Amino acid sequence: MTAVTASDMPVRPLHAPAVLKEAGLTAFVVLLLAIGLVGFETVDVSAGIALRTRFGDVAAAVVIAFLGRIVLILQREGRNRIVLVAMAIVSALLAIALFGSTIGKWAEIPALRDFQHLLPFKDPLLSWLILIVALYFAMRAARGLHHATRPLSAEERDARLDRAGARAQRVGRWLGPLLLLLAIALPFVANRQIIDIATLVTTYVMLGWGLNIVVGLAGLLDLGYVAFYAVGAYSYALLALKAGLSFWICLPFAGMMSATAGVLLGFPVLRLRGDYLAIVTLGFGEMIRIILLNWYTFTGGPNGLSGIPRPSFFGLPFSPDAPEGHQTFFTFFGLDYSPQARIIFLYYLILALALITNLFTLRIRRLPIGRAWEALREDEIACRSLGMNPRNTKLTAFGIGAMFAGFAGSFFATRQGFISPESFTFIESAVILAIVVLGGMGSQVGVVFAAIVLIGFPEFFRELQQYRMLAFGGAMVLIMLWRPAGLLAHREPTIKLGSGRYAERSRT
Amino acid sequence: MTGSYEYFVLQLINGITLGSVYGLIAIGYTMVYGIIGMINFAHGDIFMVGAFIAIITFALLGVAGITWVPLAVLIVLLVTMLLTPVYGWTLERVAYRPLRRAPKLAPLITAIGMSIFLENYVQLLQGARNKTMQPVIQGGFEILKRGTFTVSISYLQILIVVLTVGLMALFSTIIARTSMGRSQRACEQDLGMAALVGINVDRTISITFVVGSALAAVAGLMFLLNYGVIDFFVGFLAGIKAFTAAVLGGIGSLPGAMLGGFFIGLIEAMWSGYFSVEYKDVAAFSILVLVLIFRPTGLLGRPDIEKV
Repeated sequence: MTAVTASDMPVRPLHAPAVLKEAGLTAFVVLLLAIGLVGFETVDVSAGIALRTRFGDVAAAVVIAFLGRIVLILQREGRNRIVLVAMAIVSALLAIALFGSTIGKWAEIPALRDFQHLLPFKDPLLSWLILIVALYFAMRAARGLHHATRPLSAEERDARLDRAGARAQRVGRWLGPLLLLLAIALPFVANRQIIDIATLVTTYVMLGWGLNIVVGLAGLLDLGYVAFYAVGAYSYALLALKAGLSFWICLPFAGMMSATAGVLLGFPVLRLRGDYLAIVTLGFGEMIRIILLNWYTFTGGPNGLSGIPRPSFFGLPFSPDAPEGHQTFFTFFGLDYSPQARIIFLYYLILALALITNLFTLRIRRLPIGRAWEALREDEIACRSLGMNPRNTKLTAFGIGAMFAGFAGSFFATRQGFISPESFTFIESAVILAIVVLGGMGSQVGVVFAAIVLIGFPEFFRELQQYRMLAFGGAMVLIMLWRPAGLLAHREPTIKLGSGRYAERSRT
Repeated sequence: MTGSYEYFVLQLINGITLGSVYGLIAIGYTMVYGIIGMINFAHGDIFMVGAFIAIITFALLGVAGITWVPLAVLIVLLVTMLLTPVYGWTLERVAYRPLRRAPKLAPLITAIGMSIFLENYVQLLQGARNKTMQPVIQGGFEILKRGTFTVSISYLQILIVVLTVGLMALFSTIIARTSMGRSQRACEQDLGMAALVGINVDRTISITFVVGSALAAVAGLMFLLNYGVIDFFVGFLAGIKAFTAAVLGGIGSLPGAMLGGFFIGLIEAMWSGYFSVEYKDVAAFSILVLVLIFRPTGLLGRPDIEKV
């Protein structure tokens, strides 16, 4: 393939009827999509349901689809100047419409407020989205004008992103410790809310790293990972409530229970092919949830379990005063009581657990079993020909992944003090999977990155909560389309024949 | 009472009705799996979209004053069969077609993403609460009676089964006789070869999605008529059960999908009737696992030979 730049390519004349036909078809499809579900809203009334219409939104969607398709065609045909001008105008108008009232008040030009009628949808968020997309196209067009390059082909883009992934892994060598230092320093500088969010994010990082063993290393798509999280949480809660054991004794038990559940569930199904396995694990996840929901006497059913004991600092509780003959964390260390201490302790606890998961993964990758996982992921038939036992190899990955979910689960239970089957729905599995996939299957730094984006950001933007899962599903699709291996995926074998001890050094 | 013959017949009727719904959804799974070898995870949500379009159309007809039941049901059927497939078509075009040559996990993950997207899209637009509808089709035949316990077949149940069997027959004829069916079967055997002999593979796959979605839309309408309650999440469980039905019948096989659907429906009805309603979903999942372990090819499926 020789490099061709845009200047070499003749600009083809545009055939207006063809363009209009293509754009019209898109608009028509959008009309059919929108007319039912967008056009009418079902409203509950006493005698059944009533309808409210939203034809304005449908019309806006159709017009935007029509114009957007034309812009896409122009861009594809290399008409960067027109695209740039059009997108600049659109963004400017939208920006004025969005900020009009604020600027108008500040600059004392009330007329600016009238631009609000330009907004295509009632919801300003959608207008924001259009503004961002318009700016993106304007940027691409500007770059196209400037560099006169043609868009990259899929392979070139993949190769580029591969290099970026490799670079991210090299960078990870010093970025990792840096992030770790930041994470350790966080409680000294942040307030309670931020520590809470950080604890949540770290929990998901740990779950992501655990699932990464199963999905990223062994290549087994597990859609029921949350089941093992649930098993861990319930194991800890029940052991602590019924047997009165402390967190530190329960933790290994919870891990063992989850690992056992993983091996038991995995044993019959792990010989299945990828997509079958995904559905079966999903079924298992739901089964465990349904059992938790219906086994009232043991799990409390939908009411869940409450009053789960809080963790102690190796036996020293974080309470203002200790029972007779015992010491609290504060009296033992001669500190003043502070309610913040437990929050910070919980944060360090999950950080430590997550780091153990990470360290374990990094080390096990270099052991024969880790190599066997990766080999199995790449080519199962070849592995079988070499005399490996695929089922046992997969089972270890499944069991170990489940164990870490169990640890995370008991942490979740002790942090919340209350658990119910509500917390362990399929959506949770999907969120954890999305973290792994978006970060790039097999990439440890990617998981951190994706967890911060997917879990941390929405916590800060509480008002956008209702769009969170929508954006989530959309992001999963877009990232997969753009890069089927995941953002920072860098699926190089950890060892390679030939030059260099580690693969990435030999790669330029 | 639960031991009586009449009770068994009642559960049998319920099971067959339920099985019709699952069977129609299962066809979509099985066809897509047959042709591009992927599980269309979002198919259950297409079914849900179909049910929502149906309830909206019913409400619209109520406003327009069309209250003659056969006409109303016919109009709703046509509208939902027309509008729902657009979602199926768009789904394939946007989320699956670009990934046809990607690693196997990629389309499955976009499918999960699309499923989450569709559920939340409907939730945002139509609200998270249950939507209830007054029963449209009422009445039925009494077929058995013992003391105070009567077993009847409602007109609705008859409609559901007849419609399912009719669509199934129509659909089998299309696949067996028409040129579109021929290209569909050709693509199922070998996509590359089919393209070489001049079949428009992209179009055939699109048509597969459109047809599958149309059938799922009918299933959505039936579900709505039968239960009268839907929400944005109904597609999830129904989808998994229909997939189980497709696997049970032998994935890739059309009669198998229907047969599997009836089996799953019957097992669910019998399980609810004789054991416990709470664990009926566990029963369905257990069957999925058992089938996959002991007979991965299903009841009517062909063995899948993996070539290197």
